[in-house]
Amino acid sequence: MAGLGTGRAVLFVVPALALIAAFLVFPALWTLYLGVLKYDLAGSNAAAPQFVGLGNYTDALTDPRFANSVLLTLAFVGLSAVLGQNGLGFLLAATLRRAVGWVRMLVNGLVLLSWILPGTVVVFLWQALLDRNGGTLNALLDTPGAAWTLDHPLATIVVFNIWRGTAFSMLLYSAALDAVPTSHLETARLYGSGPLRTFRDVVLPRIRGHILTNTLLITLWTFNDFTPYMLTGGGPEHRSETLPVYVYRMSIEGGQLGFGSAISLIMLVINLVIALFYLRLLRRRGG
Amino acid sequence: MRSGPIAARSAAVVAVLVTVGLTATGCVSAKHHSGGGDPQRNANAKHATLTISTNAIVGGKNAQEATWISETLIPAFEKAEKAKGRDVTVKYQQNGIDDAKYGEKLELSLKAGGGPDIYIIGGDSISRYAKAGYVEPLEKVVGSKVDSWSGWQQVDKSVQQNVSMDGKYYGVPNGVDGRVLFYNKKLFARAGLPANWQPTSWADILAAGRKLKTLSGVTPIQLDAGTPMGEATTMQGFLPLLAGAGQQIYDPKTGKYQGDTKAIRDVLSFYRSLYVTGKLGDPKLQQDPNGRDESFSEFSKGKLGIIGESDYLWRSIVCPDKSICNATAMADRNSTVGYALIPAEKPGAGVDGQDFVSMSGGGGYTINPNTKYPQQAWDLLTFMRSPTQIKAQLGDTVQITANKQVNSEILKKDPALSFIAEKVLPITRFRPSEEHYSSVGALLEEASGQAAAGKPIDQIAKEYQQGVVKLVGADHVASD
Repeated sequence: MAGLGTGRAVLFVVPALALIAAFLVFPALWTLYLGVLKYDLAGSNAAAPQFVGLGNYTDALTDPRFANSVLLTLAFVGLSAVLGQNGLGFLLAATLRRAVGWVRMLVNGLVLLSWILPGTVVVFLWQALLDRNGGTLNALLDTPGAAWTLDHPLATIVVFNIWRGTAFSMLLYSAALDAVPTSHLETARLYGSGPLRTFRDVVLPRIRGHILTNTLLITLWTFNDFTPYMLTGGGPEHRSETLPVYVYRMSIEGGQLGFGSAISLIMLVINLVIALFYLRLLRRRGG
Repeated sequence: MRSGPIAARSAAVVAVLVTVGLTATGCVSAKHHSGGGDPQRNANAKHATLTISTNAIVGGKNAQEATWISETLIPAFEKAEKAKGRDVTVKYQQNGIDDAKYGEKLELSLKAGGGPDIYIIGGDSISRYAKAGYVEPLEKVVGSKVDSWSGWQQVDKSVQQNVSMDGKYYGVPNGVDGRVLFYNKKLFARAGLPANWQPTSWADILAAGRKLKTLSGVTPIQLDAGTPMGEATTMQGFLPLLAGAGQQIYDPKTGKYQGDTKAIRDVLSFYRSLYVTGKLGDPKLQQDPNGRDESFSEFSKGKLGIIGESDYLWRSIVCPDKSICNATAMADRNSTVGYALIPAEKPGAGVDGQDFVSMSGGGGYTINPNTKYPQQAWDLLTFMRSPTQIKAQLGDTVQITANKQVNSEILKKDPALSFIAEKVLPITRFRPSEEHYSSVGALLEEASGQAAAGKPIDQIAKEYQQGVVKLVGADHVASD
């Protein structure tokens, strides 16, 4: 605190704390409060919500749809973010380093485009791609009438999310790989190290922090991503109903705001656990 | 020393949070401030602004309604008010989205204490909205002049009831519709079925479907099922079938909903024989988020034999006029599309022993209790339901309006609509105005979707029963 003094230091922090309190802490507490109510969008419970204690939580934990939703979310996050975006992003970053200038520009541009386009536009394009009657994919594969989103809902949203979000991982890994000193790579090559070996012993230790940070971010984003709803509506038969979709369908479509809040809080806790897990890993690396 | 001020500061932050939290707590439990109170408020305001919202948009969904409101109704009303020495501006919020999504949007804005001054409320939503404080009896919002409105004499009793609760009007009715089975006469001829088809049992429907199945590239039957079709599933599919099995979803006398009953299981079994065992429908279409539009498109292209729909299909989907019906317009509608009453499971097995059944929807325009200008809003409401404006709304099209005089002038122009007015409305039923209906409806949608996807009927019925019991309590559920 040298030079500032506690009082002034606090003064500097207060605006930030106030913002955090207003936009993070308060909504969380508010969600906690709504979660113990039977509170609906319309009907008598809209005007006079009833206190139900942990009722919403026990309802959620015993609802097979909730369990289904948790499993789907884990699969969605694991396949599309942790494996898909991470893997593809790294692969693109690594290969593009050696690519000719215009190829790199082109691929970079295309990958970025899929990331920066608005969700609604992108989903509209994907619907045209996957449509059962006259979709582009069916025309290309000569499989008229194949209902991709209905027959393979989870695979659809996984592939979609990989396509949609790989850009971030690619950019981050490009920057990370730039930080690996060329001299190290050359030394490894002089000693006869193959590409895998070089990756494991020279590149990986350098970019481990980036991998963890990247994985943390894309895990949280994907976990809370609502875009799949626009593609599959959570269906058919709840087969692509990830947690954010489940919350939306229960609280807005089903009008059960209190129940939705309870699930949201459970999601918040899961998010915290994920974040803590990665932070722990990061710290272990630092220490 | 150092931790002192910080601890104090954190304590202060916590205190602020708790205070905010508690204050806000009051918001949720507080009853909705019942309107602005005085019906005469701002009656003599120099300038008033009213907003009206419907799920219609110029050039898109329900284009005709949107064009009427923005181009005819609003200028005419503003002029009429000016003549009375009142300066009123009307703003029109257009929407062109799924009906269910529109309802959610409206509910959210009403919940937040906002929302348009005038909006449409479905007859089945009145109880749910009234209990939440989103609507109030018109006489409370506007005053006693509501009951003496001359227009009421032109409204049928059943249509009046559809916008009333406990003997009080909650809206001014906008019309009524009815469900029938539409079929394609050309496909029927090719399949060796009569041009004047009228099934008298569910078995007859399936038999016709089996004949249609012999035609290649044709889906025989579409009866809406599943969650993606939303309320269309209940209104076009489940509830007419349930009425045909002898039951209504809610019995106001006993206060009980249908649970795991024979009628429910019969309906589910019918869905199963349609989509699973008989393969007479396209189960994928019931899972498709755009399934209903897809079914319209198929029917208009002559790829679908029979479809259960309301007269909305006839008026707004397959009408010959491309400017109204866009891509699904059928130039040869009048000669190609036939319509038949929906039969009971067996003759005489329908609700109240009926041979044929139907369901009707419809609602009315209502006034937001929080409006700043209740008197001006009532003026607009009655103005838009005057015979002149009703006719302007319809243009060249025909629809069963809530006005007897208008109906007698226009219905004879359209055989299908006269058929519905004369043959369907006398045997039809309305959805219950009970606050849990929409949640029970969602369970019916889910159950029908599962039946169409092949899940065993007994299991679906059992889970459905559990769902209803959870909603309304075992005392309010019938099962046998």
